Amino acid sequence: MNDAKDTAVALDHVSKAFGQKQVLEDITFAVAHKEALCVLGRSGIGKSVTLKLIIALVKPDIGHIWIDGEDITQLQGQELSRVRRKMGFLFQNGALFDFLNLHDNLALPLRRLTPKSEQEIEEIIDRVLHEVGLGGDKEKMPNELSGGMTKRAGLARALALEPEILLVDEPSSGLDRITASEIDDLLLQQKPHMTIIMVSHDVHGARRICDRFAVIDQGRLAAIGKPQDLEHDENETVRKLVAEKYDVES
Amino acid sequence: MSEKRANPLTKSLERIGSGALFALRVIRDAFRAPFEVFYLLLEVADQGWRSLPLIVSSGLALGLVMTLHTRNVLIKFGASAWIPSLQSISFFVEIGPLLAALLVAGRVGAGMGASLAEMRATEQIDAIEALSVDSFKLLVVPRVVACVLVLPLLTTFMDFCGVVSGFLSEHFLSHLSLQLYLTRAFREVEWSNFIPPTIKTAVFGFIIGTVSCFFGYTTNEGAEGVRKAATNSVVVSSVLIIIADVILVKIIFFLFPENAV
Repeated sequence: MNDAKDTAVALDHVSKAFGQKQVLEDITFAVAHKEALCVLGRSGIGKSVTLKLIIALVKPDIGHIWIDGEDITQLQGQELSRVRRKMGFLFQNGALFDFLNLHDNLALPLRRLTPKSEQEIEEIIDRVLHEVGLGGDKEKMPNELSGGMTKRAGLARALALEPEILLVDEPSSGLDRITASEIDDLLLQQKPHMTIIMVSHDVHGARRICDRFAVIDQGRLAAIGKPQDLEHDENETVRKLVAEKYDVES
Repeated sequence: MSEKRANPLTKSLERIGSGALFALRVIRDAFRAPFEVFYLLLEVADQGWRSLPLIVSSGLALGLVMTLHTRNVLIKFGASAWIPSLQSISFFVEIGPLLAALLVAGRVGAGMGASLAEMRATEQIDAIEALSVDSFKLLVVPRVVACVLVLPLLTTFMDFCGVVSGFLSEHFLSHLSLQLYLTRAFREVEWSNFIPPTIKTAVFGFIIGTVSCFFGYTTNEGAEGVRKAATNSVVVSSVLIIIADVILVKIIFFLFPENAV
């Protein structure tokens, strides 16, 4: 992959198996700086694994993953941490630390990974929580938050370190359409400032946020391109995944 | 066919090896900066303070029952004056350390295993790693170190409660005064009867913390993993504590020969 250094994220012939099950096979795609890409596919085909491969929570069996020109599969320790700091991750269920309140969930990475003073940290927390509409909830524990608030809080934590790349796993899962739309609005606000790679089943929301779709089918990259182009793809699964829900809603 | 039969054994050996490496990593990381002092203090308060009611009530009950059982036998042999000594030495040397460890394995071990497994299932551990924070140092090391620090203290409470309830029992049954009870209770007790057995509970604490964190931190089976982690933490910790107790008693006898007499 010669152009890997010019892209924000690039997967180069990546394969991953868990035990006997081959989840991803020979996946290759690249995401440009400030581009938003949505990874689509049927349930359990490895979409979330793709995000975890990008941030090196899971290592590929074969292939390379380039983040801003650096092969993250070859990095360990401090070097891996340095590259990871370029990325923020919004997990499917927020993954807030249940032993810390909302304020401390955001303060934890800021205190450990930045030389900022306590006053600067407080300012960042206030600003980010205000952005996601949780300005008055910073003393709440995660179990006091609703599903939508948890997603917002997870997004706030991902944004607190001002990442260059935002990885988003199912931002609308388990939420009503209005709340899901509010989360999409927050992601849209971030879009001009960072690269976004999103996994979603909500094609309507994904069309609002993402420039391109990558469709994974049976472990392989079935298609990648603009949504309107993929609607006419020869692969039926691709057409259904990209268009079905959109058609119903429209 | 033979490969299929060998699998459970291979898996068990792999698990034991992983556990041993996990324990070595705990020891290495416990002495490596940054030190998670805040989270260590939280764990000490959680494990110690919240275990105290269980330890105190168990110590009082066991001390009472033990006196009731032993006094009839000792009175038959005309050795009723030895009841306080028997009570104190039994608690200091074996009952206090072992019972405190088994109770903590049940209360704290199961809780640690389940909470870490739940954090794994809800991707909290992945989230910590994604933030470039060392989840092992943040979640595992403070829990294990807290166990090591807390168990000797809880054992001392257990010993104290056993002696107190022994006195209360004797006082109500034979009107023995506190002064005479204490004199008899500590007449035969040496520091070597108290300090080495109490310190050995630090090893029990290491076993409870490491085993529980191992099962919780390394699970990857969702809700079922939480249940397995809680159960395995208690069962494996308890078995290892008993095995370690046998070994440590022999070591104490070797280092303090007067204890073996």
